[in-house]
Amino acid sequence: MFVFTIRRILQTIPVLFGVSILVFLMMHLVPGDPAQVIAGEAASPQTIEQIRERLGLNDPLPMQYLNFIMNALQGDLGTSIRSGQPVSEEVFSRFWVTMELAFYSMILSAFIGLIAGIISAVRHYTIIDVVVMIIALFGLSMPNFWLGLMLMQFFSINLEILPVSGWGTPEQIILPVIALGTAGAAIIARMTRSSMLEVIGQDYIRTARAKGVKERFVIYKHALKNAMIPVVTVIGLEFGTLLTGAVLTETVFSINGLGRFVVESIRARDFPAVQGSVLVIALVFILVNLIVDLSYRFLNKRIDLN
Amino acid sequence: MTNDADVLQIDNLQTSFFIDGSEIKAVDGVSLNIPKGKTVGIVGESGSGKSITSMSVMRLIRNPGRIKGGSIHFNGEDLLQKTEKNMQNIRGNKISMIFQEPMTSLNPVYTVGQQISEVLQIHQNLSKKEALSKSVEMLELVGIPSPNDRVKQYPHELSGGMRQRVMIAIALACNPELLIADEPTTALDVTIQAQILELMNGLRKELGMSVILITHDLGVVAETCDYVAVMYAGQIVEYADVHTLFNNPKHPYTVGLMQSLPRHDMDQEELNVIEGNVPKPGEMPEGCRFAPRCPFASDICTRELPDLMETEDGNQVRCWVYSEKWDGDPEVNVKDDYKTARSQ
Amino acid sequence: MLAESTVQESMTKPSNPHIENAKNIFKRLKKNKAAMVGGFLILLFILTAFIGPFLVPYGAGEQNLVNKLQGPSAEHWFGTDHLGRDIFSRIIHGMSITLYIGFFSVFIAAIFGVVIGIVSGYYGGKIDTLLMRLMDVLLAFPGILLALGVVTILRPNLNNVILAVAVFSVPAFARIVRGSTLAVKELEYIDAVRALGAGDVRIIFRHILPNVFSPIIVQATLRIATAILTAAGLSFLGLGAQPPTPEWGAMLSDGRNYIFDAGHVALFPGLAIVVVVLAFNIFGDGLRDALDPKMKS
Repeated sequence: MFVFTIRRILQTIPVLFGVSILVFLMMHLVPGDPAQVIAGEAASPQTIEQIRERLGLNDPLPMQYLNFIMNALQGDLGTSIRSGQPVSEEVFSRFWVTMELAFYSMILSAFIGLIAGIISAVRHYTIIDVVVMIIALFGLSMPNFWLGLMLMQFFSINLEILPVSGWGTPEQIILPVIALGTAGAAIIARMTRSSMLEVIGQDYIRTARAKGVKERFVIYKHALKNAMIPVVTVIGLEFGTLLTGAVLTETVFSINGLGRFVVESIRARDFPAVQGSVLVIALVFILVNLIVDLSYRFLNKRIDLN
Repeated sequence: MTNDADVLQIDNLQTSFFIDGSEIKAVDGVSLNIPKGKTVGIVGESGSGKSITSMSVMRLIRNPGRIKGGSIHFNGEDLLQKTEKNMQNIRGNKISMIFQEPMTSLNPVYTVGQQISEVLQIHQNLSKKEALSKSVEMLELVGIPSPNDRVKQYPHELSGGMRQRVMIAIALACNPELLIADEPTTALDVTIQAQILELMNGLRKELGMSVILITHDLGVVAETCDYVAVMYAGQIVEYADVHTLFNNPKHPYTVGLMQSLPRHDMDQEELNVIEGNVPKPGEMPEGCRFAPRCPFASDICTRELPDLMETEDGNQVRCWVYSEKWDGDPEVNVKDDYKTARSQ
Repeated sequence: MLAESTVQESMTKPSNPHIENAKNIFKRLKKNKAAMVGGFLILLFILTAFIGPFLVPYGAGEQNLVNKLQGPSAEHWFGTDHLGRDIFSRIIHGMSITLYIGFFSVFIAAIFGVVIGIVSGYYGGKIDTLLMRLMDVLLAFPGILLALGVVTILRPNLNNVILAVAVFSVPAFARIVRGSTLAVKELEYIDAVRALGAGDVRIIFRHILPNVFSPIIVQATLRIATAILTAAGLSFLGLGAQPPTPEWGAMLSDGRNYIFDAGHVALFPGLAIVVVVLAFNIFGDGLRDALDPKMKS
């Protein structure tokens, strides 16, 4: 387990390296002169030269990368062109909003998804299973931004019981979390169901029944604990999806989080801001995947028959 | 019908599976008595319904399967009339079961001790602590060395033979009156097989319980059973005490099985394999179910399904040869003529 | 002493696995009612994309400012938008755009994914490590983020959206194909074929490709659903298809501005997305069950 942990951590290093290169190159892959692009069509040569100087675009590319990565390691993600503020400050002031949104959505997804999945599996071959799975399929097929708009229209505009936008108060949290969490709930429900069905068919479940264990405990004590192992992985991976789904949800509900910041920076062609926030989101995602992988391995240790 | 000497009386049990609107009769009218303190073997090929019979006794038949009819009297009470809650009190307590797959029959996320304790906590209301110390005793009983350490281990830390011993410990923890062992040794190495059988035999005598041993292995039957029921295509085709069955088998199918055994006392050129296949559930022959594979089959065999008939030595056989209606060679002797008939 | 009365099982010779498979797959697919419904809907959508624009009463850009933001009526089934355009007609016009994005982006992703997966799995070694690390890097950007990056680099427009969605779908194909290639490569008959003098190209095209076909088809169907959702999301953010294109995501973006007075402007394009994505998801689920019974959930 220790060796595996170390190996798995070492494995992320080339990925981190690749990600940083890709993020760095983002600005340079733009057709034409990045300084020109940032400054806009009408900019004077002096302005362009200024930008070039400020972003260090006159240095050779490897040098620029080295600077980029050294600065990033020290928490310096450059300066936002739009606001003139350090990108790291811009990013971290919004970071926790997005993390909160993703986290609450994950809780909701996991809660609804697990319950629905278990019910579906236990009621296999019945109409309940069919109905739950059809709802899940709908949840999976709905764009979260559209769901957000519809929820907003119904609860905020028609019923006027929840606020239209913003983040912070409990009322403000409800709609974005539902909008963002629905697809995840559907995925987790489907995964839980198939995992439960597989486990329920296992020999040790038959053993539990033959021992005289009550059906309720067969499901919740013997089956669920085993079925949870792959589900935990899915829940963990869902966090990454939620992190980016926030891009759309934050836009819909005008939440001042990292996702909306990315979109606005892209629109403004504020490259340092885009690079900085994309880098941070990717890092969180890699970290979450690492944790999920390790915990799966840990949970699965006892299952590994050979 | 009721007989104090029998712990279990299965009468005309019918268990079917309903798949895609068609009925598959997995067990079709099985009647079988299990005498107290004895071991009864149920022998048959896979798909003969022997496992479904035992799962029916436990009332563990799941959708899309259903017990359609018959009765299963355990100590005089019909298990088929009991509520699920009552059945839960019987399972693992009065009637226990062990399975073919020791590798997968234990829950991988609980320790051996937790899994033995569970059954004691359910049925004997023991506290966690009491149950655990009883678990250690049980591990000792089934011959697992250093039980104090083993009790804390997870199944994946144990070998297949050890796991089957744990399964036996779970099954016997509450002193059941009846143990159903479904191919308990099939998945194990030959040396371990012998150990497990010996253990089961010893414990049966020690604890005075009855055993239903389900197997496809006649060697195991010869060593352990008092009585044997031979099943074919969902029905019992022959029931006899073990000596009669081996010395004087009556049903052509039983004879076929015997002849497929390697023998030391005869000069055998080849092992005989019964030709053909068990009929598919949807394609049951109209008459005797063994007729298509039977070297003796005559007209009546293809027309009419024989009943399970009492023979002169008090055993039972489901074959027209032994009835007054027999329309084939009147001089036929199934056991002696099997080889010649087969080669024709 | 331990004898078993086992009956010999009839040995079935795999005479021509591919043809037999195709027949079986179709049979199983036909049994799967949900899959048939999904498939039928997809066909219906394709048909709509081709002939729908000729049947609807209004053009995609036909404005009627007098009738703007009207609710659904007999005249305008789904109402009108802020420029008085008929939303139903625009949705029908937009069908071809949605399907075009879905099919084309996944097609591109599948081509690249298959090539990368086969090269990686078949040749192994350093090239495998390199390609798979590259895929890991792409996968390290969750979901729509990679597509956002691509649109940032290129200008936001319809074709770049297709490219963006394709890029973020490549790793999924590459991984699946690599896995299948590795599995097939290990089969003994590949050795036999090689011993008979077949070259790499022949082995890849005759033996590996047909075997990875099923997982690719399943993955592609489910990916089309994701691709449509992602593309609509990009357009909604204003980073995809630009107005006045009757792209559903872009229409939704318009609708957002009028959510207080005219909710139907956002409602119907979203419903259209749901229905189309649902059809692909249902069909993909059914295909998976039919093609790979082991994965059946």
